[in-house]
Formats: sequence, structure tokens, C-alpha cells
Amino acid sequence: MTFPLGPQGLYSAFTGMLAAFVIGIGFGFFLERGGFSSARKLTAQFYLKDFAVLKVMFTAVVVAGLGFWWMVRIGMLDLSSTYVNSTFLWPQIVGGLLLGIGFAVGGYCPGTSCVAAATGKLDALFYLGGIFVGVFIYTMIEHGIEKFHNSGSMGEAYVWQWLGTSPGVILLAASVMAVGSFALGTMAERKSGGVVQPEGAE
Amino acid sequence: MGTVLLLSYLIAGQGLGASGAFARFEYFVFHLFAPQAVENHPVMGSYFADGANPLDNFLVYLILGVFTGGFISGILAGRFKKAVDKGPRITVKIRYILALSGGIIMGFAARMARGCTSGQALSGGAALGLGSWALMMCFFAGGFIGAYFLRRQWQ
Repeated sequence: MTFPLGPQGLYSAFTGMLAAFVIGIGFGFFLERGGFSSARKLTAQFYLKDFAVLKVMFTAVVVAGLGFWWMVRIGMLDLSSTYVNSTFLWPQIVGGLLLGIGFAVGGYCPGTSCVAAATGKLDALFYLGGIFVGVFIYTMIEHGIEKFHNSGSMGEAYVWQWLGTSPGVILLAASVMAVGSFALGTMAERKSGGVVQPEGAE
Repeated sequence: MGTVLLLSYLIAGQGLGASGAFARFEYFVFHLFAPQAVENHPVMGSYFADGANPLDNFLVYLILGVFTGGFISGILAGRFKKAVDKGPRITVKIRYILALSGGIIMGFAARMARGCTSGQALSGGAALGLGSWALMMCFFAGGFIGAYFLRRQWQ
């Protein structure tokens, strides 16, 4: 049996839709359970008072990354029928910076704002409204700045390719960094008097 | 979380994402009002090519699940509560304005970068995509810079 299942046409469109919905439930559930429905907790990362964002993100990248590349290696995951974000370096660099700034301003990212809204955060509704405005503005100008939008195009480029090494080496380095940031983060959290409790959790 | 992400790759052949669904929903609504203009639009048109429905997409069903999953977890943990999450020093009105502004910036940036923190940093990051890693580092850099100037909002 090889993965991914979707592109092989093994199941109906309806099953695929259901699978997406169930995967979404898992994603939303763990985001909320991680305390990511609180803007205060999320932004506390950038004041070095709560390292949940870094911890959850690093763990997810390392766990999923190890599984992903190990299955590619043993031939169980077909990379050619798996969608991996193509690299467009410049818009990703500028976009990444803007995403960080927007996160500090708004307190959520698009995914976490959904679980925040789903648990009754009124500020998240304003944030969600903002996303639609922002998407609209970029959609209107995208064609005009096409050259920038497609700049730094490198196709499906990988970090390990770029560094001339293997996925294993990168994932090992990422694991070491994850463990290191866990230790440092936990120390900083203790120093600042514990992690931030999400609103409504008593 | 990592397991959910891996499952997403194994089953659907793609990672998680959030911002894409918002764009698709928005284009769908525009299309209701001005179908011709949307179909001829250089960016939005491709979502309707050959009579396609932008809502019939993995990311759209996924995001419906995200709302549901978040709601379930919030109820189970006793965290579902009508509230405004903000720093102690600002008013609710300012928080609303900043939340709206942050949403605008991130909606804009997510389209520019072809994905947000979920689709790029998390999913592309796990697949070791080069651009996604560049985005992830810039995201943290931008976050620290932005947070420094907004420290009165949160702390």
C-alpha cells in the first residue's frame, strides 16, 4: 500500500470530503487544546513568556517531517503525487515578515482565529473579518505586481537540497533545535511566572 | 498535531491550511454577485475554470472541521465563553480595531506568500520546503519586531 491515498482514486469524492472534515476536526481540536484560542497566550511567545507556539510548531514539524521523509525513503509515500509548497522566495520572505507583524497586531493567525471564534472570542470575529479584507486587497493588486509575486521561483525546492545534504540530517538538526528550545523555553516560562492560561480556563 | 499533519499528507496528499479556504469562500461570494467579472479576473478566474466550484476543495472542508474541532475541545474543556481576549491596558474597542488590522495584514500576507502559518510554516515546514522555512524564520522575526512595538497592547 502506498500513500497518499487521495490521488489514487480509491475512494469517492464524498469520502475525501469527509476525510478533510475529520482531519480538520483533529487540527482544530489540538489547536484549541494547546491553548491556541487565546491571543494573549499566542502573543506571549514574542515576549518570551510562553513558548507554546514554538513548542507546538517545532514538535509538529519534526514529528510530521520524520514520518513524511521516512515514508518517502522506504517508498511508501510518493513524493510526486504529494503537494509540497513551491518556493517563491521573495514573496515568501516579505509575506513571512508581514505575517509575523500581523500576528503581533491581531494576536491570531488565520487557523487559530477559527478556533478562537469557535470558542466565543469576539475579537477573533473582527480578525476573521480582517482576513477577508486583506485577501481582497491582495487579490486586486496581485496581477499588477505579478513580477514580484512570482519572483525567486525555484519550484519544489527543499532545504536539504539547498544545503547539499539529506532530509535526515536536516530533521536531526531540527530535532536538536526543538529539544534546545524546549529547555530554554521552559526555563524562561518559569522565570516569568508560568505559562499564560487561556481566557475562560479556571 | 504532528500526527494530524502527517495523516493529512498520507490521506489527502497535502498538508493543512487555513487561508486558502477564506480566499475560496470570498471568491465564491463575489461570484454570486458578479459572475462575469470574477470569471474574467486574472487571479480569481482560475478558481472557476471549466465551471469549477471553489468551495469544492480539501481546504474548505478542512476549515469547517477546524471550527468544529475547536468548538468540541472548547466545550469539553469548559473554555467556551463569550469573551474578548486582550492585554490589560487597552480597551475592548482598541482590541477590536487591532484584531481587524492584524487580520487585514495577515490576509494580505497569506495571499502574497501563497499560504499562512498553517499552510506554509507548519505544513511546508514539515515537508522541508525551502521557501516555507524561509517564511517560518521571517514570521518569527516579524513577530518579535511587531511585538516589541505593540508591547503595550499585550503586556
